[in-house]
Amino acid sequence: MSSVLYDVPGPKARRVSLIGSVIGVVLIAALLAWAIMTLAQQGIFQAQRWAIFGQADVWSLIANGIGATLAAAAIAAVIAFPLGLLLCLMRISDVAWVRIPTRIVLEFLRGMPVVLMMLFVLLVFATSSFIAVVAGLVLYNAAIFAEIIRAGIQSLPRGQREAGLAIGLTSFQSRLTIELPQAVRRMLPSLVAQLVVLLKDTSLGYIVAYGELLRAVQVMADFLGPQFLFPVFFVAAAIYIAINLAVSRLAIWIERRGSKKAAGGVAKAPTAGVSTVVK
Amino acid sequence: MDVIIESLPQYWDGFLRTLFLAAVSGIIALVAGTLLAAARVSPVAALRGFSMAYVEVVRNTPLTIAFFFAAVVLPRLGVTFQQFEIAAIIALSAYTSAFIAEAVRSGVNSVPVGQAEAARSIGMKFGQVLSLIILPQALRTVIPPMINILIALVKNSSVAGAFYVLELFGYGKQLANDHGDAVMWVLVGVAFFYLLITVPLGYLAHQVERKVAIAR
Repeated sequence: MSSVLYDVPGPKARRVSLIGSVIGVVLIAALLAWAIMTLAQQGIFQAQRWAIFGQADVWSLIANGIGATLAAAAIAAVIAFPLGLLLCLMRISDVAWVRIPTRIVLEFLRGMPVVLMMLFVLLVFATSSFIAVVAGLVLYNAAIFAEIIRAGIQSLPRGQREAGLAIGLTSFQSRLTIELPQAVRRMLPSLVAQLVVLLKDTSLGYIVAYGELLRAVQVMADFLGPQFLFPVFFVAAAIYIAINLAVSRLAIWIERRGSKKAAGGVAKAPTAGVSTVVK
Repeated sequence: MDVIIESLPQYWDGFLRTLFLAAVSGIIALVAGTLLAAARVSPVAALRGFSMAYVEVVRNTPLTIAFFFAAVVLPRLGVTFQQFEIAAIIALSAYTSAFIAEAVRSGVNSVPVGQAEAARSIGMKFGQVLSLIILPQALRTVIPPMINILIALVKNSSVAGAFYVLELFGYGKQLANDHGDAVMWVLVGVAFFYLLITVPLGYLAHQVERKVAIAR
């Protein structure tokens, strides 16, 4: 691989780089070995600790946890997206008394920790923890979706709106039928990236006692005994990360596909953390 | 309403601890994230691989999992902390550094190719190209996304409240328990203190963004 940052390595540089690589790998291997040794001293690798994964009950608990995680994420996403569209339209409305309050509400929602919103719904409205989790996720992500779609609308060529108005559409019709569809398509990678954030945030349900995957881990550790905490946690974390990686890959795939096929192309997915998509 | 005024000392203590957590983890994450980004573009394959794997895994790990690992699993494995703040700082900075690394990397990619080529043509080595030419320009362009990441960090620090750290969210939970009749006001107070940090930071990011946009 060549890079503009350094010259194509000659024999000497390659040797130095190889030595560096070997040292790096050795260091990482040493760190891993230390971790494994420490774990082994705690008896983590005793077969009986992992034997619990032979039991159907354990897997059904894990499956329940995954189901609860995915259910909360799916329902929240399905509600948050239309709500985000609506908030976006209100945010860019021509009417000041719609636009300005919406702007304040969006600022408020974006500036708050999601877990605080969950706790608020849980305690103030005395709902079930499922509704609290979904409500917290919906409120926060609708605000983010609204901002992403707004950025998409603003990135459209000005002529789109002008043409819409010129053929006699009202301002609202132009937004709804001309700009919004293009903006959503353009921002699809960002929207999917935000779905990963939403999925990750379902784990906050643990804090408001919603029975998602991490809570299932806690329950199992309490029930089976603390010595099983690590094996169960390890498997649950691996599942969580695998699901999120899969959705992240989907976002990248949509971006590549979109940049080939979509007429106007799609905006590059913010490498999660950059620009509006932050968590 | 009275509850907020009555509990101001707790709110203030929580507010300071939230600021402390965010500041310390933020500094560690900025340094670690920049190093990770440097490793990601370095000529040494092992460093590139490590950085890539770390960023990919951590970005797809829920923060709650990271906290659970630092605060619940690690102590069971014999790594105990005097204070849970340390567990919180480890989880927060490990998590945030992955996002910082991605931001810095996108900044490095945004620097015109000619800059690095010019630096190399006058005989600079990789370390010099990166630290003297590329990073100063890259970091400047990514200040707005960095601030956004720091805002997210402030909000994320609320998870620490669920893992035995008495910061804003932790106090919020405690006060909500003590004042069952005024839960709403208690939590509105907590929200106010969070907004006190996040809204000005958001405004700052917006202003910097406009400045940078003009400068380029």
